Amino acid sequence: MLSLPVFLIASLIKTVLVLVILLTAVAYTVWLERKVVGHMQNRWGPTRVGPFGLLQPLADGAKFLLKEDLTPPHVYKPLFIAAPMIAVVCALSSIAVVPFGTSLPIFGYNIPMQITDVNTGLLVILGITSVGVYGVALAGWSSNSKYSLLGGLRASAQMVSYEICLGLSLVGVLIVSGSFSLSEIVKAQGGHFWGFLPKWNILYGGQFVAFFIYLMAAYAETNRIPFDLPEAETELVAGYHTEYSAMKFAMFFMAEYANMITVACLATLLFLGGWHGPVFGPALLQALLPTFWFVAKVFVFLFIYIWVRGTLPRFRYDQLMAFGWKFLFPLAIANLVVTALIVAYRA
Amino acid sequence: MLHLVLFLVFGAICVAGAINLLAQTHPISSALSLVVVMASLAVEYLLLGAEFVAVVQVIVYAGAVMVLFVFVIMLLNAGEEERTKGSRVAMILGVPGVLAGGLLVAWALLKRSETGSVALGSLPGYPKTIGNLLFHDFLLPFELTSILVLIAIMGAVVLASRPEAQTPPPGKES
Repeated sequence: MLSLPVFLIASLIKTVLVLVILLTAVAYTVWLERKVVGHMQNRWGPTRVGPFGLLQPLADGAKFLLKEDLTPPHVYKPLFIAAPMIAVVCALSSIAVVPFGTSLPIFGYNIPMQITDVNTGLLVILGITSVGVYGVALAGWSSNSKYSLLGGLRASAQMVSYEICLGLSLVGVLIVSGSFSLSEIVKAQGGHFWGFLPKWNILYGGQFVAFFIYLMAAYAETNRIPFDLPEAETELVAGYHTEYSAMKFAMFFMAEYANMITVACLATLLFLGGWHGPVFGPALLQALLPTFWFVAKVFVFLFIYIWVRGTLPRFRYDQLMAFGWKFLFPLAIANLVVTALIVAYRA
Repeated sequence: MLHLVLFLVFGAICVAGAINLLAQTHPISSALSLVVVMASLAVEYLLLGAEFVAVVQVIVYAGAVMVLFVFVIMLLNAGEEERTKGSRVAMILGVPGVLAGGLLVAWALLKRSETGSVALGSLPGYPKTIGNLLFHDFLLPFELTSILVLIAIMGAVVLASRPEAQTPPPGKES
């Protein structure tokens, strides 16, 4: 247990550090997406600003800040301004309970690599993301335009529907590990079985079906291809953020990519064994390697996100709803029942 | 000390949200005030020590139920309500009546019931405790409630679905 001043200083430093890293990661996920999708389509992607276009996110950020912030006259102003704030605050704050590694020994203190370790960490993330729906829904409504309204309606219906599948797919993991705390869930996945295979939930817990459900539901929750109906540009211009410009638009953009990163972190923690991986070398390297494995797994998950975007076409809206309710939902319940039976049999 | 201050602050926010809910004329503003009420209630639960209940409060009420409310309001595009004058009798008798009733209930709960008051942060909030209570001690009431909810869902489906025979055949205007 840390003393109060040390705790306050450590928490402050950690919060600032995690926010800066998260925002940088958001910017460079955008760069990565443009680069990877570009190469998949036989283009170069951004190349002009900096080597390999690496400074492109900075240029984009400066552009967003300098553009005119237009507020159309027909909008409902208080909610029009509040909506992007709700979206970005919810997207950024859910990272607070994610553990990035074990603990780091600094100046004789053992600092856990996590802003705060809550008993019900997983539920906190689900709670914050479920409030994040308001950002999208209110943006669509307050814009007072038909494309925005349709986008907002589609987004909220889609997110509420797929949240059920997402939650049910996580219950299987919870049954296997017996805890809501994210660090406990990761600790339960340490070690190996059959000599070499890691004891990750996706392998040892038999949660590969749950991982598939989680993957699909996560794409729908973050409004990404193949489920990006809320902003389908061929029919809705840009969906719920049609009327937004400059930094307000950028806030929705940041929220979307921050949500992607949170979803990737959650998948890593729950299914892919979190920070577990081969650890060797001197003490400092041993403390830092778990974080490296964590980041590597998150990167792989994000790459799959982009890969899917470059590969799959967009669903039709009724197909999306039918897929969610008639296929994923029964599958999630079946997975839950089977997992519960196996755990009860083992115990 | 900090807990008590936070408890009072969020209690005040909760009451303010509830009053704002009644005072607003636009349905969306009312729904959002209700979200504020739910969220501050969740903070109150958290301060009492019931972490699990607090988070579930946010997920279920603020995240699911109220999103559906907002969704329906958006879908129907409900406009502003007209303000009626209201009867003067209701204002003169109603407001003190509600206050007196509330005080009476609070007094009865504090003095006459078996349950004592709860110190801040002392409620058993662990998911394990709640799971044991729900699926062991109170299993029968829990299952009965779930059947009640199922009946309510089926009722909603029956009310919302139109019988096939009554829809007019295509081409003929009713």
